[in-house]
Amino acid sequence: MNTNKRSSVVVIGNGMVGYKFCEKLLAKDKNSGQFMLTVFGEEPRVAYDRVHLSAYFDGKTAEDLTMAPMDWYIDNGIQLYLSDPVVDIDRERKQIRSHHGVVVPYDYLILATGSGAFVPPLSGVEKDGVFVYRTIEDLDLIQSHARKARKGAVLGGGLLGLEAAKALLDLGLEEAHVVEFAPRLMPRQLDDAGSSVLQRQLESLGLHIHLSKSTQEITGDDTITGMQFNDGSHLDVDMLVISAGIRPRDELAKLSGLETHPRGGIVVDNFLQTSDPSIFAIGECAVVHHMIYGLVAPGYEMAEVVAARMMGDDKEFKPYDMSTKLKLIGTDVGSFGDPFAAEPECRTVVYENRAKGIYKRINVSADGKELLGGILVGDADQYNMLLQTCKNKTILPPDAEDLILGSRGGEEAGAGVMSLPDDALICSCEAITKAMLCHEIGENGNDTIDLLKKATKACTGCGGCTPMVKDIIQGVQKAKGVYVRNILCEHFDFTRQELFDLVKINGLKTYTSVLNTFGKGDGCEVCKPATASILASLWNENILAKDRAPIQDSNDRFLANIQRGGTYSVMPRVAGGEISPEKLIVLGQVAQKYGLYTKITGGQRIDLFGAHVGDLPKIWEELIVAGFESGHAYGKSLRTVKSCVGTTWCRYGVQDSVTFAIELENRYKGLRSPHKLKSGVSGCTRECAEAQSKDFGLIATDKGWNIYVCGNGGTKPQHAQLLASDVDKETAVNLLDRFLMFYVKTADPLARTATWLNKMEGGMTYLKAVVVDDVLGIGAELEREMQLIVDTYACEWKEVVENPELRKRFSHFVNEPEVKDPTVQFEPLRDQVKAKEWA
Amino acid sequence: MDVIAINKDKYTWQAACTVDSIPEDGGACVLLNGQQIAIFNFTRRGEWYATTNECPHRQQMALSRGMIGSLGNEPKVACPFHKKTFSLKTGECLNDEGYQIATFPIKVEDGVVYVGV
Repeated sequence: MNTNKRSSVVVIGNGMVGYKFCEKLLAKDKNSGQFMLTVFGEEPRVAYDRVHLSAYFDGKTAEDLTMAPMDWYIDNGIQLYLSDPVVDIDRERKQIRSHHGVVVPYDYLILATGSGAFVPPLSGVEKDGVFVYRTIEDLDLIQSHARKARKGAVLGGGLLGLEAAKALLDLGLEEAHVVEFAPRLMPRQLDDAGSSVLQRQLESLGLHIHLSKSTQEITGDDTITGMQFNDGSHLDVDMLVISAGIRPRDELAKLSGLETHPRGGIVVDNFLQTSDPSIFAIGECAVVHHMIYGLVAPGYEMAEVVAARMMGDDKEFKPYDMSTKLKLIGTDVGSFGDPFAAEPECRTVVYENRAKGIYKRINVSADGKELLGGILVGDADQYNMLLQTCKNKTILPPDAEDLILGSRGGEEAGAGVMSLPDDALICSCEAITKAMLCHEIGENGNDTIDLLKKATKACTGCGGCTPMVKDIIQGVQKAKGVYVRNILCEHFDFTRQELFDLVKINGLKTYTSVLNTFGKGDGCEVCKPATASILASLWNENILAKDRAPIQDSNDRFLANIQRGGTYSVMPRVAGGEISPEKLIVLGQVAQKYGLYTKITGGQRIDLFGAHVGDLPKIWEELIVAGFESGHAYGKSLRTVKSCVGTTWCRYGVQDSVTFAIELENRYKGLRSPHKLKSGVSGCTRECAEAQSKDFGLIATDKGWNIYVCGNGGTKPQHAQLLASDVDKETAVNLLDRFLMFYVKTADPLARTATWLNKMEGGMTYLKAVVVDDVLGIGAELEREMQLIVDTYACEWKEVVENPELRKRFSHFVNEPEVKDPTVQFEPLRDQVKAKEWA
Repeated sequence: MDVIAINKDKYTWQAACTVDSIPEDGGACVLLNGQQIAIFNFTRRGEWYATTNECPHRQQMALSRGMIGSLGNEPKVACPFHKKTFSLKTGECLNDEGYQIATFPIKVEDGVVYVGV
């Protein structure tokens, strides 16, 4: 290739948009190779995801946030200069000079200089303890200052300001304040009512919100001590994060004589061209259509337009939708179309539920046919559909309120994602339409999220479109007449339920025999534990015997829960949460002897953390002598049956909940299932054992027991539903046998009972028909299968402790069994130790 | 692209352990010159592999405790912590670009496993 003929493209700025431009140009230029890219960045690191910056305080590392690693630039032949801002553009000679004196000639110059934080001209902004919130370096400074600060404030209650406020909470400040000049939060996205609902949600999380506050000065000598407001009030703070808006970085453009806007920003036309035809500006430094687009998606679209035009395509940057949806400190907020449209040109529908912290507003055109825009606070599940309805000018149903309230009676409003037009933009970060996705799924067979990510880059930006993309995959497959089967993985063309039956009928007891008979390839981390669970549910043999140890997930493989740093936690069974003083003493002695951190768990037992893998058999040997047995905290199996004290002690109790809880826990202990099982038994309707949040729970009545099933806490809490009422103990056990075995046999891998029920056709009515009314005639069989599990129970740890072959596997180094992992490190925590924080 | 972190011309074979100390179709860790090395006995394929024991994602010494398997025909191991999977042949991370583990030459003679370090 003759490099002399290649055009030189210089990109100034290595932020998200600058990076995206390189990615897009490279993709388009792959075959022709006509461009040579040089990139200058001011920051010391390669482009990273600034949108998710607050995740940095949530455990994400700078590396996690990186858009593409350094190797990507090298592999793609990009000459990258970091920590080296461009200081001069010589437009006559068409060359630039960097701070370090690098001179590069250009044919095309792309300004992607982005924006900096806007710092209002207040007296005192230079004091120590005053920060902006823009780069990873800013975050490091904030983090280090926060260690000695107690009270912090954020100046600015917009989108970024609230993100910064979340960061202050995450950093553990005692008091976190938000100070906003406008009379409401997120003034560009929310109306007064929406802001007020959001404010209440944020206040309930411990944020202090001050609205209509104009700051006069920042007080303190060298270091900030407080903020003085124009209304005479004062706020004591040790640190302040200024997040009052952005200021386009146009200084270089100005210096080079390019046209800039009086209020900041590089003026460009609809093709992102500056007043110099060889120079383009994209992202937050550009003023296009008389405005700055302060979001990443339009920035990406600008990158696309410039890259496309350089390849000779005719493309124009059109006014871009500024709709946005995000999760602010746990509260969903969405704002789309024209959120503020008001009468007379539109009719507004508002739903407000202050008890639940939900506010929804939609603005419908005066003729009732189109959706103009709206606001969602507290529940933004309908955001994607509303946005699409708005953008595509879909004709609305006669009762527009169904859009936000759901249909009350009858069918759901709208026909879901498949009713959208082909050109509906599904992934706005990468500008991917429904038609493009349907084509990839239907014609090219990219029918999983992972494959679509690779093929189209959909879902790789903000990830907000993932649920819709999943629905489109299902929709396309249904339309093709494909019966959508949830097969295990590439090695087994069966659902878990099918494989369960096949293994049972053929009496297979090892993974290898299952893979040889019904699978292909060498297995993987999905089908191995799934098969292990099936084998255990069917035959109840020791999970580490035969070839089964290496197919267990690592917790099951070492019969303990792996924790940070690679140590394990030990949790013996304490059925029903009842424990004698003697046993408590033994737990204390063992923890002391092996240096373990102890904590009471939510399931009414005691967890011992920080055990070296080599110590596990010795620890268990001592626990077993004292009468303990495995608690299966490591398994997808029954965890605990939580109980309240019931009639044993409580003056309200109507049944003996502790005894029943212990009986149930001992009955189902060791039962391997698709996911973990939790249970609770309450002695009266006050429900202190929280049985209605469990996979199965019992609540005492005057006449017997009410059985609830398919509840869970976790990411998506769901209440359990009533299966049977006022039954005696024996009936309750029979019904639970059937229910649990039916779940074990038919659920997908890693589906909790609630998820299983939600996917079940016919739902609770069907489940009741099978379990209580035995419409399938399998009740007796299910009970028999459960009885086999109960009869064959053996403590796994006792078997390991007594079996030298199994016991041998518990060492970190097989060639040095006595040596412990030297990288394990602990840090002091109150009176105990904790795992060292991971890097 | 060859990014395996060793110079292939410069290694010496070191006896690591006996064959039976590594479970079939599973892995275990050995300590060699202060270095933690994960050894995998991929019985199903009749192959042996050696990699670093450390997963680069969270710097955890745990790869030897991971489940092995295949992606297409590529042999792989899944870290037990967050299920990043790595090719046992090249050390490349198969489900998250940007991570890489080192692999080592390995051979079995007379029931003893040797690793080239």
